[in-house]
Amino acid sequence: MSLLVLLTASSAFGAPSDATGAAAPGSVLEAVLFYIVAGGVVVSALGVCIAQNIVRMAVWLFTALASVAVMYFLLAANFIGAIQLIVYAGGTLILLVFGVMLTSKSPWIRFEAPKLELVAATVVCVGLFLSLCTLLGRAAWESVDEATAGTSIATIGRALITEYLVPFEMAGVVLMIVMVGAAHMARQEK
Amino acid sequence: MSQFAVPWREKPEPSHGFVSSFIVALAKGIYAIATPIVTRFPGSILLSAVVASCFLVWAHALLFSYVDTAVLERAAEVGAANPNAFGYFSPSTWGLPPSVIGTLLAGDAAVEGQSPGLLSYLLWPVQFGFTRDMIAFGAIFAWFNIVPVYVIWWERKVAGRIQSRLGPMRVGGWHGWAQSPADGIKLVLKEDFIPDAADSILFRAAPYFAIIPSALAFVALPFGVTYIFREVDVALVFILAMLGIEVMSVILGGWASNNKWSVYGGMREACQMVAYEIPMGMALLVPVVCVGSLSLKYIGEVQADGWFSWLAFRNPFAFVAFVTYFIASLASCKRAPFDLPEAESELVAGFLTEYSGFRWALFFFAEYAAMFVVGGLATIMFLGGWNSPIPSDWGAGLGESIWAKGLKGILFSGPIWFILKCVFFLFLQLWVRWTLPRIRLDQVLYACVQVLLPLTMVLLFGTTLWVWASESGNATWDVIASIVSKVLGIVGLAFGFGFVAIAGYGFYHRRRLVGNLVIDPLPGS
Amino acid sequence: MLSIGLTHYLVVAAVLLCTGLFTIMTKRNAIGILIGVELLLNAANVNLVAFDRFREGGLFDGQIMALFIIVLAAAEAAIAVGICINVYKNLATVDVDSARQLQG
Repeated sequence: MSLLVLLTASSAFGAPSDATGAAAPGSVLEAVLFYIVAGGVVVSALGVCIAQNIVRMAVWLFTALASVAVMYFLLAANFIGAIQLIVYAGGTLILLVFGVMLTSKSPWIRFEAPKLELVAATVVCVGLFLSLCTLLGRAAWESVDEATAGTSIATIGRALITEYLVPFEMAGVVLMIVMVGAAHMARQEK
Repeated sequence: MSQFAVPWREKPEPSHGFVSSFIVALAKGIYAIATPIVTRFPGSILLSAVVASCFLVWAHALLFSYVDTAVLERAAEVGAANPNAFGYFSPSTWGLPPSVIGTLLAGDAAVEGQSPGLLSYLLWPVQFGFTRDMIAFGAIFAWFNIVPVYVIWWERKVAGRIQSRLGPMRVGGWHGWAQSPADGIKLVLKEDFIPDAADSILFRAAPYFAIIPSALAFVALPFGVTYIFREVDVALVFILAMLGIEVMSVILGGWASNNKWSVYGGMREACQMVAYEIPMGMALLVPVVCVGSLSLKYIGEVQADGWFSWLAFRNPFAFVAFVTYFIASLASCKRAPFDLPEAESELVAGFLTEYSGFRWALFFFAEYAAMFVVGGLATIMFLGGWNSPIPSDWGAGLGESIWAKGLKGILFSGPIWFILKCVFFLFLQLWVRWTLPRIRLDQVLYACVQVLLPLTMVLLFGTTLWVWASESGNATWDVIASIVSKVLGIVGLAFGFGFVAIAGYGFYHRRRLVGNLVIDPLPGS
Repeated sequence: MLSIGLTHYLVVAAVLLCTGLFTIMTKRNAIGILIGVELLLNAANVNLVAFDRFREGGLFDGQIMALFIIVLAAAEAAIAVGICINVYKNLATVDVDSARQLQG
């Protein structure tokens, strides 16, 4: 367990190479960390779709979100990673678990899908994945060989109140509407 | 005599493996040796432990800086463009045998044609970040273990004093100093109990969802300017996220126990934590707005100019935000008066009802470590972090020798100040817990949504206006602001002295019983 | 294999996308479907941040878009959980197949 802590800890911040403290691009360390984290993401994503119990699905989603956050740290997007942890893993997911607890009569409730549908969904998803991989293998990206230096949080903050001011305010308005709407929908009928 | 039919499922006798028997024997041996010594010289042992740990901390910092200088000097001599090439995980160092780097480190010895000394071999691993990480990880891990064990013991002593009794007195001799380690051994050796109806995988996993985030919070928590495991530019958000993730463990533990009390505890915790995260985060935004950075190291460095430069005294809003943050942090650590998730008079033990032994201990370790982290955040964001109340430029005349550095580490800034302030916050949390009664859930949510949340919004808005006015460069405003800051500093000083006076008065009269022991005869008897 | 580039991250995002899609297609529990949607949104986010990291010139549009997506995902989850609770109040189940009153 302590090994896990160590791995997560060092992968979150890696070997400091620039202001954001992400692992040096192209280093062996980055590759090792990437495979560990990507393995985490893949295993927990598969866990989400295989699990039958809804709370276990939520736990797998939690590990998926956390590993995606670590992946953001690897991508030198520290702020997004931290926000992912605090908003997604600490807020949205708790909301989902709340929803589960309020809507399940028995903790072991499960809704089975028909066999045919399972087969169809597997075929569609595996096909989609394979075609996406083929596409990615053939794609020629322009000037993407080297990672750029990480963006500092000050840059993001400044952009949010200058260049992206309108979307930022819109997000605030949307959140306000959502807050009122969700409170209205979930309140007790009198 | 025939066997009784027992109503529960028979479990095989647990077999103690070699490792656990060895640990037990080791613990017994250490206890037998340590007890007489500790009983005889408690004070000097405590003092020398503090001095020794300070010395260790300084020694390792000095060692690191020595190696850094050596590597940099050598890199400049060789003409390497990037000193990092001598650092870790760069392919150029992988290929080099140790002796070459040893020579690089020894420098002069290599020039004189001698073989590098033993010292350079010993120092060779220290230049690698990985080695330093392992050392720092060991330190964090040790700290993470020491804090809960001794805070639990201290809490029991404080609770005892507050209730006019003694608290643990037996184990180990001097004031029951070994009570917590003994409890820990007991908990580890206890039967591992999982209810039949529980979701056993989630039941086992839940404690780790508590302990891993609270350990990870230490990764970004600075103990001093150079004593940071990883300096992150979003350290504050990261630590808040780690504190927020801990909710998951309580909900999971409560749900997986498949017990009504546990589920109620988990639900209460979820309500309370998700609600109190907002005022907590917004109260922390007030100093962030004052300073303009999310990096805890930078926020700490800003407050190096003594008592009046501490952020709590920067403006009135920050002062109130400090109090708000402290209240919200009590709720987020589920400490009394907000300990609803484990309210023992209502919910048996809340989400902990079905837990026992080692898993229960993990939950408690996480809680006490989170208390320390929360106190550390309060220290860094409001009370000057690792800086002492003396302005740091008073020490400019001391020079740069090793002794001067050591003196500065004690007098002006250093991890010892950070730890002292955290201990102060821990004591406040204990004091509040054993003084105030628990409040009802609706009162908890009322206090958050209708009192703290609007208050922090006003504070955030006010401090924004204050910073805006300060940056406008108006001379009159600057005078007013500095007077206000001085007044707040004096008020804070008065609070500090009052705190010390009350606590000291209580401690001085600790043997005096409160009220009258003679009970009046009941009417009619 | 040892040099991690854009494609590696995109493959991980593709895995997230496909598993999210599979979850949406096969789960009958409304909240399970919501969990699938969260996976899809995360796939989009990983893509955005990866493109941002590997783009010439050090722009940060991708990170800001990812930020907005996280905000919208939180909003969407709040509304969707509200709807689920209402469905549960009316039908006493969150099985999406049973909510067919509007089908006529």
